[in-house]
Formats: sequence, C-alpha cells, structure tokens
Amino acid sequence: MSTVLQDLVNQPYPHGFVTNIESDVAPKGLNEDTIRLISAKKNEPEWLLEFRLKAYRQWLGMEEPKWPNVRYPKIDFQAISYYSAPKPKKKLNSLDEVDPELLRTFEKLGVPMNERAALAGVAVDVIFDSVSVATTYKQRLAEVGIIFCSISEAVQQHPGLVQQYLGTVVPVGDNYYAALNSAVFTDGSFCFIPKGVKCPMDLSTYFRINTQESGQFERTLIIAEEGASVSYLEGCTAPKFDTNQLHAAVVELVALDNADIKYSTVQNWYAGDEQGVGGIYNFVTKRGLCKGVNSRISWTQVETGSAITWKYPSCILRGDNSVGEFYSVALTNHRQQADTGTKMIHLGKNTRSTIVSKGISAGHSNNSYRGLVKIAPTAAGARNYSQCDSMLIGDQCGANTFPYIQVNNPGAQVEHEASTSKIGEDQLFYFAQRGIGAEEAVSMIINGFCKDVFQQLPMEFAVEATKLLGLKLEGSVG
Amino acid sequence: MIDQDSKVLLEVRGLRATVNGIEILKGIDLAVSSGEIHAIMGPNGSGKSTFAKVLAGHPAYQVTDGTVFFEGRNLLELAPEARARLGVFLGFQYPIEIPGVANSQFLRLAYNTVQTERGKDELDPLEFDDFVREKMKLLEMNPDFLDRSVNEGFSGGEKKRNEILQMALLEPKIGILDETDSGLDIDALRIVASGVNRLASKDNAIVLITHYQRLLNYITPDYVHVMDAGRIIRTGGKELALELETRGYDWVSAEYKQTATRATA
Repeated sequence: MSTVLQDLVNQPYPHGFVTNIESDVAPKGLNEDTIRLISAKKNEPEWLLEFRLKAYRQWLGMEEPKWPNVRYPKIDFQAISYYSAPKPKKKLNSLDEVDPELLRTFEKLGVPMNERAALAGVAVDVIFDSVSVATTYKQRLAEVGIIFCSISEAVQQHPGLVQQYLGTVVPVGDNYYAALNSAVFTDGSFCFIPKGVKCPMDLSTYFRINTQESGQFERTLIIAEEGASVSYLEGCTAPKFDTNQLHAAVVELVALDNADIKYSTVQNWYAGDEQGVGGIYNFVTKRGLCKGVNSRISWTQVETGSAITWKYPSCILRGDNSVGEFYSVALTNHRQQADTGTKMIHLGKNTRSTIVSKGISAGHSNNSYRGLVKIAPTAAGARNYSQCDSMLIGDQCGANTFPYIQVNNPGAQVEHEASTSKIGEDQLFYFAQRGIGAEEAVSMIINGFCKDVFQQLPMEFAVEATKLLGLKLEGSVG
Repeated sequence: MIDQDSKVLLEVRGLRATVNGIEILKGIDLAVSSGEIHAIMGPNGSGKSTFAKVLAGHPAYQVTDGTVFFEGRNLLELAPEARARLGVFLGFQYPIEIPGVANSQFLRLAYNTVQTERGKDELDPLEFDDFVREKMKLLEMNPDFLDRSVNEGFSGGEKKRNEILQMALLEPKIGILDETDSGLDIDALRIVASGVNRLASKDNAIVLITHYQRLLNYITPDYVHVMDAGRIIRTGGKELALELETRGYDWVSAEYKQTATRATA
C-alpha cells in the first residue's frame, strides 16, 4: 500500500484528551512536577512515573553531547512546554487554501490530485471514508494477534508488555536526549507481533498519527516474538512542517529467536530556509536488540530533511547468528547538517552486520557518517562489511567519515570501504551533449549512487524516495 | 559525396574563444554542408578539441567574438542540451565515466529525449533493448556492455565504440568526432571507421578531428583543414592529408606566415 494511501486512512486519535483548554497545556519548563503532571494527565501506572522520574534525575546530571560534527545555538530546555493535548490539524476545505509551495511539491512527486488534498490536510472524510478503511485494517491485524496502537493506548491496554520491554534496549540514562525523551515522552507507536506471526502488511505510522501534530518526544517500541516478522515504515516523502523545533525521539526494537524486523524511514522534516533558519533539530536514538538466535534487524533510512540530524540507528547482536543491517541515504543541501550512521555491537557468535551508507552533500551543507563496529570477545566468527560513500555536489559543501572499529575477538572479520565522488561539470556536460538536462542528469547519477539502499525500501517508498532526492537537489546544480 | 542539393548545415565565422582568460581560438571560419565529410588536422595544442567543445557549448569556454549558425539558428544562444537535441553531436576524445548509471538506461534516456524533440515516439525499455542491440552488432560490441555503468572501467577502444554507438542511436545532423581514432588498435579502428561510414549520408555531415592520416585511410574526407594556433590555416582535398603525413605540419605554418606577412606588407 502506498504511503499516500496510508495517509488517506488516518483517523483522529480515538482516545483524545477532551478537557478544557487551560489545563491541556503545561506551563513552560521542566521539573518533577511537570513530569508528574504528564503522567497524571495520561493516567499512567506508578511504575511508568518512576521510569520517567528516574530518567529525569539522570538527565539533570548529564551534558549535551559535544562530539557530533554539528553546530547550533544552545537549546533552552526551560523554554519548552512539555505537555499539550494532541490537537487536530487545522482542517482546510479545499485545495485552494493549501500552501502553493506544498502543491508544487506534490506535483513534482507525482502525487495524484485527490490524494494531494488529503496529504495537505483538506478534510479527509470528504474524499475518502477513512474510518472504515482503518477499521478494516485494524481487524485484519487483530485476527492474527498483532497489536498496533499508540504507546499511550498500549500503556492502558497492555501494561505488562510495555513494562517488560520499555527501556530495555535504550536505558533511561543512555544519552542526553534519550534521557530527556524517557522523562517527558507523550506519545508514539507500539507494535507487538506474537510468536510465529508474519505481519501480513507493511505497518505505517500514518495509520495512526497524521491528523495530529506529531509529538516532539515520540517513543516507539516494536517487539517481534519468536519466529515473527514485520516491516515497519516511518515517515513520508511529503514535506513535514512542525511548530516544534526540537525533536528527540526514541525507537526501541526487540527481536526474539528467529524474528525479523525491518524498519524503514523516509525523513523529510522542514530543513529551514536557505540560510537554515527555522529548521527542525532531529536528535534521535534508535536501537534494535537482536535478543534471540538467528534474529535479524534491518534499518533503512532516507534522511533528507531537518536542519540538524543526529541519528545512529544501531543493532545489538546478542543472539548467536543474528544479523544487523543498516542502509542509509543522507542528503544535505543549503545549510543542513547531518551527523548520522550506526553502531553494530557484536556480542553473539557468528553474528553478521552490513553497513551501506551513502552521503550526498550539496550547497553549504555538511554531512558526516559516524559508525561504530564493535566485536566483543564473545563474538567468535563475527563478520562486518561496511561501505561508506560520499558524493559532493558543488564545492561549498563538506563530507566526513568517522568509522570506529573495535575488534576484541581474533576470529572476527571486519571490512571497511569508503569512497568520495563528485558530480562535476564534465559529467553534466556529457549528459547535456546527449540532450539530457542537468536536473535529469543529477537525478540519474544520484539514483545510481543510492541504488544499493533504495533496493532495500518497499517498492512504492523507493519510487517516491527517488523523486524526493531530485526535488531536494533542485537548483543546486547547473 | 558533395552534392548539388546539399545545404549549409554549419557556418562558423570569425570564432574566438577563451578558457580561463587565455585565448585558444583566434578567428575560425568554416562552412559544412550536408553530405560532406571534413577532417580537421593539426599539431597538439592547435585548438582542435577546443573548437569541438565550443561548438557543443562546454561551459568552461567563453566565446568572445564571431558567430556560429546551425541550419540558420544561432547556436551560441543555445544551452548544450538544446544544441544536442537539434542534432549537433560531439564524440568525446576522453569520454567521462559515470559510476552507478547503467549504460542501457543512459542510452535510452538520451535516445528518447532526442526522439521527443523530433516529435517521434519514445521507446519503452523492451523496444529499446531490441533496437540498441541491432545497432551494437554493427560495432561488434558485447551485449553485456549495456548492463555496465557508463564508460566505467571501459578500455579506450570500448569508450570510443560507445561514442559511435551513441551517434548511431541519436542520428545527428552533424557528428563532430574528436580524436575518435586515438587509442584504438587497428581492428577497433576498422570497426569504428566502418561504423562512421555507415552513418554518413547525404543528409548529414561529419567532422573528424584527428592527428593522424591513418583514420583517413578508412574514411575519405571531402575537405581537409589544417589548424594551427587557433586558426584554420589551410584547406584542401583528401590529398592534403597524405602530404601532411609525409611532410609534417611545419611547412604549412611557414607558408601561412609568409602569406600573412605578404598581406600585411
């Protein structure tokens, strides 16, 4: 199912917070009372409040990481309001009310006319009976025992499962932003695939949250029991605006014996204007635990948005013979900064990991790959293959590769390959001499460059991602 | 192959061009009509390749004076891709490698772009595959070459054959071949030359830029031009090439200087 269609079947969050307006927004600033307020508003069990408070207390003693290769003004954490009830997006009555820039983007992406309306937030029910589709969808999942809901709902309906797994992959004090998220997260997704179940369709966040402004501190937890498998899609190629500048999400994946989780992201948050003003800061902690034998976790990401991206989707390969994969395209243009990569922590025997990272820099942007491959003494027979390629468009941008490799087992095999290339005047002239204009030429070169990653995306996503990259680079060449 | 009905395709007058502020072309005059084959010869650094690139619109070169008309249109006003779509083809001396882009994909996009310009139907990948394979047979090319990245890891000979293949696909009105013969062994030279001969017709024109006479053993030019220091200093028939082969270029330059001196005296 295409992301466009997925977007159509959204429905307002059914467990909304229907109270008066004043009490729905917490005063600015962060202290233990704020956290107690959030927890109370959400009617949370005691253990979750403790979880939050523990995270908060650790966070107080931590410092913002200084090591990423990104620059931004200091964030005032007391200037943020940490709780507001989900508010529905403003409904528009027709396409005429939609920002023309957004419409132009849809046109370039080839989004069909009626779907554009839905994506732009024109009342969906006019176009499509969203409720019935979403209901059918939920029923199909329920038949096979899959739980897919918001994490708030999961806390109420399946508290045992949440308590069992939350914070087991990303501990509350893991890092500065993860601690902050653990203290104040307000919503996110929960997904549970029971033993032996192959999820019959790709799961997408778009079934759940699109009619609301997305949470600033999202929390996602995905569990695949023994022999289960699931493909999860996050994000959308359509540009995403948000009034919140700081985003610090946490995503935890748990794969038990023989389970398989594939997590794909297309990120196109607002990147700010050409000077980088107003863009989103995306500080995300994503980590998967291959807990069981023969389990597999695969991350695929296409990062094109945000003013700053700080993100290292990682795999802890604890189960013997488990497999971790990371496929990434990170594109930066104008003043965007990205410091992204992965960590592959090999603990179990014969664990294998693959890293394929493609960084594209244009404009005045800066794009860094940062990756860690760690082979523990217990990881006999572990293998890793890493490939990090950078492409530069123009001569004002930067690309860096920071590979960290720690091998503590003599039987392990680690390979690292890296390359840097440049789209130059002569390549574009060659295309031009065959009648092909600069935009098409760049798009062809970029797609060739990213092929190994796009192949990992679900089909429709791959087509959209291809167009998206071309669009993001518009005007940066020729 | 000079024909009564032939019409002027390319008309260059007083063309001057610079790169990085250094003048390379110092006033070139040349007229090429349909059905003709021209050879431009001359020593290294005489400006032959620059002339070819300027005609194709390479952005590194600035035209400072003169005119270039192609079928009556001012070529200098047009972007490189627009020139290509009109039917100006440049066979590169050093075809660039484009990693990650499959040759088949590249060739099809180029072909369809030009077809669209001519108001003809595009070919889908399957139709194009049949079409390109036929053309490749003429150049004795291995089909696996379609799946490889454009020019990546190609031998010198393969790159040049790829250029001629592109000319065969795009059917330009004028094909400017920049040192297509350099780096070719004798078999490859024969194959490439026969490809060019097959493409030459009464409706198009070919301009061969070459150092050596040996290519002209296979492709017979109607005119041979000698270029030196950014100018065409002598024009003759095919026998001029043979004379250059035995006597070198120096005598042409010397005679040209004499004439020039006499003219100013």
